[in-house]
Amino acid sequence: MSISIASSPHVARVNRVDRVMLQVLAGLAPGVLALTVFFGWGVLINIALAVVFAVLIETAFLLARRRPVLPAIGDLSAVVTAVLFAISVPPALPWWLTLLGMLFAIALVKQLYGGLGYNPFNPAMAAYVFLLVSWPVPMTTWLPPAMLAEHALSFGESLQLIVSGALPTGLDWDAISAATPLDAMRTQLDEHLSIEVIRQSPLWGLVGGRGWEWVGVAFLLGGLYLLWRRTITWHIPLAMLASLGALATLFWAIDPQSHPSPFFHLFSGAAMLGAFFIATDPVTASTTRRGQLIYGAIIGATVFVIRTWGGYPDAVAFAVLLMNIAAPTIDYYTQPRAFGHSRGRT
Amino acid sequence: MPSLPLALARAQDEPLWTFHGGIHVPDEKALSNAEPIEPLPLPARLVIPLQQHIGAPARPLVAVGDRVLKGQLIGAPEGYVSAPVHASSSGRVAAIEEHPVAHPSNLSAPCIIIETDGEDTWAKLPEPLTHYAQLDPAELRERIRWAGIVGMGGASFPASVKLSPGADQRIRTLIINGAECEPYISCDDRLMRERAGRILEGVRIMRHLLGAERAIVGIEDNKPEAIEAMRLALADSDMDPWTRIQAIPTLYPSGGEKQLIRILTGAEVPTRGIPAQIGIVCHNVGTAAAVADAVLDGRPLIARLVTVTGRAIAHPRNLEVPIGTPAEALINHCGGYREPPRKLLCGGPMMGFTLEHIEAPITKALNCLLALTPAETPDPGAARACIRCGRCADVCPANLLPQQLYWYSRSRDFDRVQDYNLFDCIECGCCAQVCPSHIPLVQYYRFAKQTIWAREREKRQSELARQRHAAKQERLERAERERQARLRQKQAAVAKPAANGAAPDAAGGADPRQAAIAAARERAAARKQAQATTTATAEEAPKE
Repeated sequence: MSISIASSPHVARVNRVDRVMLQVLAGLAPGVLALTVFFGWGVLINIALAVVFAVLIETAFLLARRRPVLPAIGDLSAVVTAVLFAISVPPALPWWLTLLGMLFAIALVKQLYGGLGYNPFNPAMAAYVFLLVSWPVPMTTWLPPAMLAEHALSFGESLQLIVSGALPTGLDWDAISAATPLDAMRTQLDEHLSIEVIRQSPLWGLVGGRGWEWVGVAFLLGGLYLLWRRTITWHIPLAMLASLGALATLFWAIDPQSHPSPFFHLFSGAAMLGAFFIATDPVTASTTRRGQLIYGAIIGATVFVIRTWGGYPDAVAFAVLLMNIAAPTIDYYTQPRAFGHSRGRT
Repeated sequence: MPSLPLALARAQDEPLWTFHGGIHVPDEKALSNAEPIEPLPLPARLVIPLQQHIGAPARPLVAVGDRVLKGQLIGAPEGYVSAPVHASSSGRVAAIEEHPVAHPSNLSAPCIIIETDGEDTWAKLPEPLTHYAQLDPAELRERIRWAGIVGMGGASFPASVKLSPGADQRIRTLIINGAECEPYISCDDRLMRERAGRILEGVRIMRHLLGAERAIVGIEDNKPEAIEAMRLALADSDMDPWTRIQAIPTLYPSGGEKQLIRILTGAEVPTRGIPAQIGIVCHNVGTAAAVADAVLDGRPLIARLVTVTGRAIAHPRNLEVPIGTPAEALINHCGGYREPPRKLLCGGPMMGFTLEHIEAPITKALNCLLALTPAETPDPGAARACIRCGRCADVCPANLLPQQLYWYSRSRDFDRVQDYNLFDCIECGCCAQVCPSHIPLVQYYRFAKQTIWAREREKRQSELARQRHAAKQERLERAERERQARLRQKQAAVAKPAANGAAPDAAGGADPRQAAIAAARERAAARKQAQATTTATAEEAPKE
C-alpha cells in the first residue's frame, strides 16, 4: 500500500519518535550524573563506548538489510539502548563485553527481528542478561561508591582498566571492587545475620546502600520528568514500585530482622531505573492501560521474589524479559471497552 | 462577550459527560469568523450533482435546453434513502453530464449544468406551513423530503429519513449539533450568531415532528458569541421550558454525533446502531435552519453557508453560496490565494479531503473550503516504525487500540482487525495527529474497511451466482424429470390398447363410450407429448 500525504488529518503532527527518545535521554541525565559522581569516570566511558558500538552496529545491519540508515539512526533508539545498557553494567566492564553486549542487543535482539518496533524483547536487558549468565564475574564486579573507595580511579586509570584490563600499579581487584548493597545484604542474610547487625557496616546509608540510594533518587527524579513531559504514563512505574514496595512491606512487617525495609528495596539496585526507564519501553511493554498495571505489578513482584529467594541479587532484567513475552497476551485480554459496546465483553 | 455571567450561570444547569480521548488542536476559527456572512454573487454556470447525499442519486426531471426557475425540482429522489435536487437559480439546462465533483475519490459524477440568466426568477413554491403544529407529521416529513434537506454538518444523510425514526422508536431528546469541533470551520458559528431565531424555529418544527420531550443545542465553548446569540434567541421564544443551549468544553471531536450525544446525555449509541435506538435524534444547526426555511417559507435547500479559509486565502470569511457554484468562484471572491496553497481541502483539516478539481461545485454538505499553506500542513515525512507508545489509544474517542488496528490492517489480517472493532472507528484522525512515527493511520483503517466491504460485496455476489447456478441446475433437472415422466406415460399409452384387447377390464362391463373417451384423451396427450418433446430438444428448457 502506498503512503499518500493526501490522507487526513492534514494538521501538523505533534510528536516525533526522536523527540520521545531525546526526552528519555534527558530523563536519564540525573541518574547518569549520580552514577558518575559515586562510581567515577567508568560510567561515562562505558556510555560513550556503548553508544559508538551501537550506532556502528546498527548502521552495518541497516546497510546489510538495505534499509535507509539515517532515519533509523536518527530516531535515537539505538542510543537509548546503549545508554540503558551502559548504566546497568559495572563501571569497570572490559570494553569487549560492552561490544558483545551491543552486538547482542542491536544485531540479534533488535535488527534481526526487524528493527525498532518489532523486537519482542528489551534489547538492553536481553544483552545484560546474556552477559550476566555468560561472564558472571566481570558483570558482578562493581566498584564501591566514592565515599567508601580506598582509591578513586582517575579518568586515565578508568580508561586503562576498561580498555586493557590493567589495574593501576599497586592495586588489586579486591582493593578497588566492592559488593553491591543488594549483594551484600543477600550474602549476610544467608549467613543468618540480622538486619540490625548487617546495617552496622559503613556500607549503608539512610535506607539503602551508601551512594546507591542517591542514584535511585536521581532516577526517580528523571522518571518524574518523563511523567511531567508525558513521555511515559504512570501506570507501569507505579504498578511496579507499588507491588515491589507492598511485598517488601508485608515481609518486613512480619520479620524486620530478616527482611529489609521496603525503602531498601525501592532505592537499591535497578528498581527506580527499571520502573521508569526499562519496564516502560513502549515497544516491549503492554500497551493497554489495564495491561500496563498488570505488567508493572508482575515485574515488581518478580523482582521481589528473585531478590528474596532467587539466585540473583537483583532481578529487574529477568523480570522485564519475562513479562516481555507475556505482553501480547496481556494486551489481548485487557482491551478497553470500545465506545457503544456493552460492558460485558472486551 | 457582553453578558458572560448569563452564559456561565446557565452552563452549570445540567451535568455534562465526557468521552474517552479527544485532542486539543488550535481551532483557527478567528481567521474566518469575524466577518458577517456575505452572499456570493450568482455564477454564470451552476453544476448541480444528482447525488449530494448518502443514498441513491436523484433522477433528472429536466432535459438539455429546458428553462428552469429558481427552486424548481430538477432531480427526483429514487427510493427511500435519497433526496431531490433543485435549481439554485433560473436559467437554461446546458448539459446533463459527468462533471468533477467534490468527493474523496475526485472522480466525476452526473450533474445538471445550468447556465444562469441572471434574473434569479423563483419558481412557484409550495405554501408555507406556518400552521405546522396542526399538521400531521407525515405531511411535514414530505415537505422536508421535497426540500432536499440533508445533514448539513457533512454527513449528508437525508434529513427526512433521520426524522422518521419509525413508530416503535420513542424519541425523547432532540440534539442540535452546534459544536463545530473541526478547526478552521466557522459557518455554523456565524449561522448561530446571525440566524439563531431561524435555527430555533427549525428545532421547534423537528421537535414537534418527533414528539420529543426536550431539545438540547450543544455548542463548544470556543464560540461564546454563538452561545450568547442562541440563548438570547431562546429567551425571546416560548421554547425555554424544553430547550437548552448547552456550552460544552472545546475538545475535538466533540461534534461527532456519538460523542456529542454522550457529552450531553451520558448515553452511548450502541455499536453499529443509530441514536434513535436510544431515543435520540441529532441534527446539525444548519439542517435545523434549512428545515425552518422549507416548512415556514416553502423554500427548498438551494444555498448553504461555506467557510472559505486557511492562511493561503487572501481574505477568509463565510459565504452564502448557491448550491452548484464552482469552488473556484468562492476562492476568487475571497481575493484568491495569498500564497500558493499546499493543499486545498473540502471540510476541515482533521477529516477533510483534498479537492483536485477546482471547478467542482459546492454541494449541500460541503461546509468549508480550506486552503492550507505549507506551514499549516507540513509534510509529516516518511512514516517510521510504530513504537507501540499507545498515545493513539489515549486519544481515541471510540476507545479502540489504534496501534493494533494498524498492525492488523497492515498485515491484512482482516478478521483480527474486526475483532479489534475496526468498524467503530469514526476516522476522526486523533490517532494520526499524535503518532510520533507519523504513520497515516486513518488511511490504513480506510484501506481495511474498503477491502472488507469489497470482500463482502464479492461474497454476496458469488453467493448470488451460486444460488443462480443451483436454481438453473434444479430447473434443468426438473425439466429432465418431467420429460422422462411424459415419455413413460407415452410408452404406457402405446402399450395400453394392446393390453386392453388381450384382457377385458377387470371391472367388467367395458363401456364403449368410456373407452372412446379414454382413447381420444390418450391420443391428445401423445400429440401434446410429441410437441413438447420437440420444443424441449429445441430449447433445452421448455416453458411449463
